Amino acid sequence: MTQQDTGPGGTVASDPPGTPEPAEGASSGTAEDARKAGLKGTEVAISLLNAVLEGSSAVVTFLAIVTAVIIGGLLIAFTSPTVLHAWSHLFSAPGSAFSQAWDVAASAYSAMFEGAIVNPHTVSAAFHGGSIAQIFNPLSETAVNATPLILAGLAVALAFRAGMFNIGATGQFIGGAMIAGWIGFAVHLPMIIHVVVAVIGGVVGGSIVGGFVGGLKARTGAHEVIVTIMLNYVMEYLILFLLGLAVFRAPGLPNPVSPPVATNATLPHLAGATLRINAGFLVALAAAFAVAWLLNRTTIGFELRTVGANPNAARAAGMSPERTWVTVMLICGGLAGLAGASVILGTDFALTPQIYGTYGIDAITVALLGRASPGGVVLAALLYGSLDAGSVTMQAQTQIPVDIATVIQALIVLFVAAPPFIREIYHLRGRRGGESGQLLAKGWSS
Amino acid sequence: MTAITAVGPKRVTIDRQRAIAGIFVMLGVVDFFVFGLFASNGDAVFTFTLTGAAVSVPNLSLPAGPVSEGIGALTVILGLLYAGVRLSKIPQRLVGVAVVLGFVVSFLCWSDAGRIPLPFVSLMQSTMLAAIPLVLGALSGCLCERSGVINIAIEGQLLLGAFAGAVIASSFGSLWLGLFSGSIAGGLLAILLAVFAIRYMVDQIILGVVLNVFASGLTGYLYDQALVPYQNRLNSPNTFVPIKVPVLGDIPIIGPILFDSTIFLYITYAAVALVHIGLFKTRWGLRVRAVGEHPTAADTVGIKVLFTRYRNVVLGGLVAGIGGASLTIGSVGSFGKDISSGQGYIALAAMIFGRWTPLGATGAALLFGFSVACANVLGTIGAPIPSDFLLMLPYVATIIAVAGFVGRSRAPKADGQPYIKS
Repeated sequence: MTQQDTGPGGTVASDPPGTPEPAEGASSGTAEDARKAGLKGTEVAISLLNAVLEGSSAVVTFLAIVTAVIIGGLLIAFTSPTVLHAWSHLFSAPGSAFSQAWDVAASAYSAMFEGAIVNPHTVSAAFHGGSIAQIFNPLSETAVNATPLILAGLAVALAFRAGMFNIGATGQFIGGAMIAGWIGFAVHLPMIIHVVVAVIGGVVGGSIVGGFVGGLKARTGAHEVIVTIMLNYVMEYLILFLLGLAVFRAPGLPNPVSPPVATNATLPHLAGATLRINAGFLVALAAAFAVAWLLNRTTIGFELRTVGANPNAARAAGMSPERTWVTVMLICGGLAGLAGASVILGTDFALTPQIYGTYGIDAITVALLGRASPGGVVLAALLYGSLDAGSVTMQAQTQIPVDIATVIQALIVLFVAAPPFIREIYHLRGRRGGESGQLLAKGWSS
Repeated sequence: MTAITAVGPKRVTIDRQRAIAGIFVMLGVVDFFVFGLFASNGDAVFTFTLTGAAVSVPNLSLPAGPVSEGIGALTVILGLLYAGVRLSKIPQRLVGVAVVLGFVVSFLCWSDAGRIPLPFVSLMQSTMLAAIPLVLGALSGCLCERSGVINIAIEGQLLLGAFAGAVIASSFGSLWLGLFSGSIAGGLLAILLAVFAIRYMVDQIILGVVLNVFASGLTGYLYDQALVPYQNRLNSPNTFVPIKVPVLGDIPIIGPILFDSTIFLYITYAAVALVHIGLFKTRWGLRVRAVGEHPTAADTVGIKVLFTRYRNVVLGGLVAGIGGASLTIGSVGSFGKDISSGQGYIALAAMIFGRWTPLGATGAALLFGFSVACANVLGTIGAPIPSDFLLMLPYVATIIAVAGFVGRSRAPKADGQPYIKS
């Protein structure tokens, strides 16, 4: 990732030049001041309008999400059997085809909303003696789904900032989940200590995998993209192999599954046992703060951003890109390992061959959508978490497959990564002074 | 960009020949000590005749331990000689091939010692079958990357090809139409890749990953939404039947492996030959490579850089789409979710391992296909190695290759860099 000096977090565009001023003029009451204030107001409005018309990065992101949701809706509408049936009667009942298409897509998205944010039925039920916790279940599910995405997303984003492309979150995730899980079910420790040790184990597991990549890049120049892709598969087969061994496998079960982690090693629930939200979410938020602090307030962070912007300049300034690569990959691996720990200790409780799910790949899209800034990653992960949580409810209510969430997520990132495309379809003026949100392409060799 | 390429880490320069010699010696030591001394008692028996073959070839029975020890000792000697003697290119490669073959033979002896006979011909047949999508995917990679566009979307191209192949062949009842549509589907994803990479200059690594996720989500969605309820109509294609080449197909051992397979294998032969000759023996290929190495220079002499890239990316997609179709209508028939299961990434690995050349990639794909076939076949005879390690092999080999232990694998110089006409 070649980054501009501002980094991909570049918020250059989002602040319009004319900052809104407090209406001190208006309060003084003279006509002159009031006219000035009006002028200022107009200026603000104009500059805001300009930001929209020119397509600032925030606007582009918003439009990218809207476009992806629209395409997803079309996909839902035009693959639904009822709608296809209605199309076959297009000429006898032309209105019905369109209204059916709208109904199907609308009901899918409203079910998704109910599964991700709030379901009105649970609210009204709560007034009639239902459970209050039930109201918050969708939000809890969103947070649970977002937790590993935040952590793994940070692992990818931090590497981006150092000019590296970490596709290996999957492998690092497995490394973390493996060690955290093993500590969870094979070791016996007192209450709080056990979960802390298991979480640390997860960080170490991920760091080993990530550090290997960084070390190989620093020593031999092996491109991290290739090494991480390959390492993902190595780790996937490694966990499959380990789950075949007596050390890892739950006795007496036909499937390759590990024993469940001890209760002492599980992450505590935050809001009662009925909601799945657990301390992992807080850990993830804390990690985001830590990464933000590391990036902006520490020497390591400064070196990291410098190396990311230009390794030559960094070397000339007396920094060692090699050492930075290793450090960054150790930290990134640790974050992805933490994601693995959060899943095994927070929601899944037993190692399976599929424990890694799609977190590692989704982490890349989360990091891109979040423009590689910690805050952006948290927001992006929450959006993806809500899509994941909502799509489960959607499938239960409307039988529309959950995979639609994957399609929408992929499209969002595709469009976010291509601001000129979004500007073209919405006829936004190109921004003066080049693209700031766009991540410039580079090859294998750099 | 030139400034950035100059930054590589300060690399410890190892004499390449010595490094390779060291690896030869290591392989020889493994042959001797692991496969030789730790072989179970009893012979390794290889059968070479398929049931119903016209000519019967006698079984080969080898004493596993001594054979592996012998091969190991020879390999070590070869390795030591290799370190000392300067060889020209061709003998160098021959030695390499001999060492790898020796390793494979002693590995097979060790796996089969004292167990039921190893059906060599069906092992090789499943190697070829496994290699088809890998070779075609890797060729897609070569075509794209030689023109300067990174293609990580091979996985997605295979997946869409497999999907379209199965669905179209099933609903229209025509396998050829299925093959054609599989190719087109791969080409469509390639168009997306090309447009976003070339026109909108999206980072090509990101783009590839995202397109793979997109393809996986799209086919997964359509599978649940349409193929599951209408399994009979949309997802029950026939499969191509093997075609035996008249004379060549009757040759013992080689015939059934190389000349008695579905149309996909023959398409693969043709594709390898065409891409190799096209890229390295024609003016067309020279231009493609010029665009991939130095687009500005190519542009100066009047080669249309962007057009070349569009054409090659789409061409690659069409080739990979055929490979995808082979996953469904070439072998199992119906489509299943994520049926390509990472083979696109193995194809990428094969391309890198083969140093961005069609022939090298084909060799690597065959090796990787062999390790997949071994994982399947050796599991059934109860070999003493976990299949997971065999399946890991392609990935580990690629990591070793890019780490430069056996000479660095270098990408075309402008690979992945968008071209902006100045």
